[in-house]
Amino acid sequence: MLKFPPRALILFLCPPTLCHMRKTIALVAEELLKRAVIGLPDDVEIALANAYSNETKEVAKEQLKIILENIGVARKNQTALCQDTGTISFFVRGKNLTSEIRDGIFDGVLAATKNIPLRPNSVNPLTRKNIGNHPFIHLEFSDNDYLEISVIPKGAGCENMSALFMLRPSDGLEGVRKAILTHVAQKAKNACPPIVLGIGIGGTPEQAMLSAKENHLKKLTSKNPDPILAELEARLLTEINELGVGTMGLGGLRTALSVKILSHPCHTASLPVAVNIECWADRRLTARIFKDGKIEYF
Amino acid sequence: MKHLLKAPISKEQVLEFKLNDIIYLSGKVFSIRDQAMKRILDEEKSIHELEGAMIYNCGPLARKNGQKWDLLSAGPTTSSRMNDLAVEFIKKFKVHAIIGKGGMNTKVLDAMKGKCVYLSAVGGSGAISANQLKILDVEWLDLGMPEAFWKLDANNFGPLIVTMDAHGNSLYDKNDLEVDANLQRVLAIK
Repeated sequence: MLKFPPRALILFLCPPTLCHMRKTIALVAEELLKRAVIGLPDDVEIALANAYSNETKEVAKEQLKIILENIGVARKNQTALCQDTGTISFFVRGKNLTSEIRDGIFDGVLAATKNIPLRPNSVNPLTRKNIGNHPFIHLEFSDNDYLEISVIPKGAGCENMSALFMLRPSDGLEGVRKAILTHVAQKAKNACPPIVLGIGIGGTPEQAMLSAKENHLKKLTSKNPDPILAELEARLLTEINELGVGTMGLGGLRTALSVKILSHPCHTASLPVAVNIECWADRRLTARIFKDGKIEYF
Repeated sequence: MKHLLKAPISKEQVLEFKLNDIIYLSGKVFSIRDQAMKRILDEEKSIHELEGAMIYNCGPLARKNGQKWDLLSAGPTTSSRMNDLAVEFIKKFKVHAIIGKGGMNTKVLDAMKGKCVYLSAVGGSGAISANQLKILDVEWLDLGMPEAFWKLDANNFGPLIVTMDAHGNSLYDKNDLEVDANLQRVLAIK
């Protein structure tokens, strides 16, 4: 499959230590957004193509065909594949996390909104006045020598279907399963299925919600290192596809392309379970910025 | 059945549509969602061109090029957010079709009886839709690009699936019942 632009293109810019860090980050943020809103990751496109091949229900198959065609049209025309270029979340991992990174990201989002362009999606929640695009930045400390920046531009159709369940510890694994399956059965149809499901179990309430979304940085083909979670992911995926929500909520074999779980320790009296649903347009991209100025996108 | 239609469509045509019919639409379509619908109803605006019109629940991504607007991506948005507004809208303007994604509730289905259908566009297919639609005009940009009142010219815009007809039938309701039965069956397995 010929792809443009190549997803693993390596760019050489001036070393971040020599030129202005803020400028480098702004260029990277804009490039990340451009590639993310135009083209889907290969693993997502393959999963959608498989869903199309295996589908037996006509109304689902017809719509999956349009979805695949749309991915091609966006790539050919170099325009956003979905008009909802989303609320933009950045995940930054590195040793030296400075305010220049924050400023660079805001610069990059401003430039991307104008140049790509992105749809201005952010409003004051009460007055509803549009203010452009306001990104959110999540930081994580790492020992790596490179700086890693990931972006998830996520549409509101699926973001509106997010949920947090504060279960009782005695609800256990069965309670977790019931909460997730019931939620997906009721809400997935509005999240542009086939969906990609991210689940956060444990932690504090806000950590569970963040973990649920962080799952969308993983490849669909990635394996969960925790055997209990890997088994739960596999079981939930099978069961969700038995629900028959199907493509766009009109029935079909595929309701979800993948289920991913992240887990953290929680209070002995708590069992938080957070759900974050991605639409089929599961957009994500990561850049690694090395000390010598090399930048990799993947 | 596959229909190639030119807007405005008549009430008689609306009554003929059956669930699962596929429509490719040409002619005038109005992109209206949450805020524009609310403004029209709250301020009791009487907009003549909305009488019997085709409403598209969309928030387009567009770019101003000199005096004219280029449409870049324009797939459907979630219609159920507008459930309550749509009931009033159908009553006031006798709209003949609402185009969107995800379907609408039984109150809307009731309000649609004898006069209006719901057509589903494929969610997320913004790049294809942008090739089938052109921007004629825009009003109320103070609401922001997604929420403005966009007047569009459709050229074989589709496929649009008839998912809620004018006789009280909904493909979504049918599927929801199956999903609920499947959920009960799956949850019964320990």
